[in-house]
Amino acid sequence: MATFNSLGKRKDKIISILVLLPSMILVGIFVYGFIGNSIWVSLTDWGRGAGLAEHPVKNFIGLENYRFLFTNFIQGRFRQDLVNAVFYTVFLLVGTLGLGLFLAILLDRPVKREGFYRTVFLYPMALSFIVTGTIWRWLVAPSGGLNLIPKIFGLPKWNFLWVSSRDSILNFNWQNIIQIILIIASFVFAIILIRAIMNREKRVIIKFSIFLGLSLLYVLVLHRLLPPILPMEEAHGFNLATIGILIAAIWQYSGYAMALYMAGLRALPASIRESAMLDGANEFIYYAKIAIPNLRPITLSAVVIMAHISLKMFDLIYAMAGADNGNTGHPSINMYLTTFRANNFARGAAIAVILFIVAAFFIIPYMIHSHKERQGL
Amino acid sequence: MNSKKVIAMLSILLLVASTAVFAGGQQDAQTMDSAPAKMVEKVEVTGNPASGDLEIFSWWAGDEGPALDALIRVFEKKNPAVNVLNATITGGSGVNAKAVLKTRMLGGDPPESFQVHAGQELIGTWVAAKRMLDLTPLFKAEGWMDVFPKDLVNLIGTKEGIWSVPVNIHRSNVLWYVPENLAKWGIKPPKTWDDIFAAGDKLRAKGIVPLSLATTWTANHLWESVALGVLGADDYDALWAGKISWADPKVVKVWETYGKVLKYTNNDAASLSWQQATDMVVNGQAAFNIMGDWAAGYMSTTLKLEPSVDYGWMASPGTDGNFMFLADSFGAPKGTKNPDATLAWLAACGSREGSDAFNPLKGSISARTDADLSLYNVYSKSAAEDFASNRIVGSLAHGVVANEGFMNDFSTVMEMFLKSRDSQQAANACQAIAIQNGMGK
Repeated sequence: MATFNSLGKRKDKIISILVLLPSMILVGIFVYGFIGNSIWVSLTDWGRGAGLAEHPVKNFIGLENYRFLFTNFIQGRFRQDLVNAVFYTVFLLVGTLGLGLFLAILLDRPVKREGFYRTVFLYPMALSFIVTGTIWRWLVAPSGGLNLIPKIFGLPKWNFLWVSSRDSILNFNWQNIIQIILIIASFVFAIILIRAIMNREKRVIIKFSIFLGLSLLYVLVLHRLLPPILPMEEAHGFNLATIGILIAAIWQYSGYAMALYMAGLRALPASIRESAMLDGANEFIYYAKIAIPNLRPITLSAVVIMAHISLKMFDLIYAMAGADNGNTGHPSINMYLTTFRANNFARGAAIAVILFIVAAFFIIPYMIHSHKERQGL
Repeated sequence: MNSKKVIAMLSILLLVASTAVFAGGQQDAQTMDSAPAKMVEKVEVTGNPASGDLEIFSWWAGDEGPALDALIRVFEKKNPAVNVLNATITGGSGVNAKAVLKTRMLGGDPPESFQVHAGQELIGTWVAAKRMLDLTPLFKAEGWMDVFPKDLVNLIGTKEGIWSVPVNIHRSNVLWYVPENLAKWGIKPPKTWDDIFAAGDKLRAKGIVPLSLATTWTANHLWESVALGVLGADDYDALWAGKISWADPKVVKVWETYGKVLKYTNNDAASLSWQQATDMVVNGQAAFNIMGDWAAGYMSTTLKLEPSVDYGWMASPGTDGNFMFLADSFGAPKGTKNPDATLAWLAACGSREGSDAFNPLKGSISARTDADLSLYNVYSKSAAEDFASNRIVGSLAHGVVANEGFMNDFSTVMEMFLKSRDSQQAANACQAIAIQNGMGK
């Protein structure tokens, strides 16, 4: 009986491998093969001179393209694009998740014609970014749309340039970028450390004390000793022109976040709510103390989804602000222009690889987390 | 070994194997490419009757579609046996079409003939890659060496050959205005930038924008007119030939003047299309606009205005006697599948009949000096006269004098300058990108 069982298992295994094989080969070639090829191209000088020749000359030049992107004077635009991408991600996350949660809570309560509202809020997601972008380009035009809102209340019209303002706030010097990142990281480490001390988790305490110590060492000591990463000062910041783009993106995706949260709220058994009410909790306490903490897994997947959407905002920005609008720039647009307009394939590939690494920052922790969770079950 | 590990190792092996397949596949493709049945490497004017399929790749859809259709009709009348496939990809000045063309060429599927801005945009990209056919035999057989201006043939060719057939000519350095409005405001049409600055202060006081401007590429467009005005034609040409450095004080002066010009423009420029900038002049919100002469087509055809009555024009300040041109042209890639039909098509593009069918509808002028001027409107007639008599120089924003790498980087420098307004920095940055793109010393 036992041998029969293991034979059956082996047969199952062979069948499962055979079934998976075609998709593994296709994914291997068309995803991982191409990623590998992009990484290889980014290490060459493809694009100097006759980049489009039938057999273009590609010499291996190591990380030169990356060095160029991060230090060359002209590539200040690329660095601003990266800063923009970070702000796009942060504000898109805050905006869509905040608004989505708010809408979900509103609709979670007994509302008449809930299905109608749900459809209304979810509908923008069915549009493509190009359509959204075209509509919002008109709405944020300097002479119309949003700028006319105050007129309804009898106030003078606004003159804000939603997608073409050249002003920026939160300016910092790129030479200090590592310092800034590490200061933010130190805060995160410190919070984790305090929690670990309170919970008396020895391994975590040791790990994060080391992290915190190292980052503080850099911020306080090493930064002054090491040569600056750029020869000149270079100001970057949050470009106000990106607000127009952000409004459109949040408008489009908050309905989606709402749908995710609603599913989460509905999954909570009604008995929890009832017993909370019996214990004297009001609506606010129920959501703040019980419902929202239970939505953490949903928030996590929503963060991953929104973060990777913000890294793919190419079409929205292209439609709303055009390709050459440096104020609203995004690395993906820069990649497209560098590759297909300037014919600099290697440098374009380098930008693509950097975007890929940034995306991995969001997705890999998520994958590790969900993997651990599955093992825990 | 437990079974999980076996599966994990198997999958890793498979991935590695599939990347190997990928790398191998690339090599296969290369060996296949290098031995096609018959690769057309050279133009031979045989006079064979053309037949078969002919794919024409362009970005002329929408408003410009009818002009292309007229040209195709001329071609079909002469070559009834050819089946024309009109492949258009929309998008202003070919932004999308150029990217699609690049993927098709790299993929080994070139169209028989494609539209391209004549000059360095073609030369820096496709001629440098040795993918274009030298059309000199065709130019000689058709007698085009005599009917196209010499300056033009020099700018669209290199020492090695002539690479495309220009179908139209547009002028870049044109200043547009509404004569009635100028009279109302008490301003004379300006001859120099100083005239514009003087008039600008007056206009500002009245709440009128002196010079309307639109998105970044129109800023590049304005820059080339300022550069030609400040440098003069000789130095302007020398700059592109690499004989003057970009860091030269003369070029810094261009940026300084340009910075001053920008002070007289609207501050919402980056949100506007070129048509909206033209509208500002027509509506009396702005006094002047510098734009290519497609603006004449827009005002005459779309806005139904009468040339030289409802709108007026002159060469942009300081560029009188110079004609800064840009041209759309058709070239033939190596490896074209139907060389006879391709040559017949290019012959039609350069013919008097073809160009006189195309240009009046497109709102441009013929590249030929023997065009039938009675077919053209008032503006085009004046442009054609200037084209025949003026010094001809090439446009930067529209790909005549610089390769695509430089043009792309120049847009970045422009964005930088629009923000910082630092002339010396912009000049230095231009010198750096000129070297990076193999144009300067």
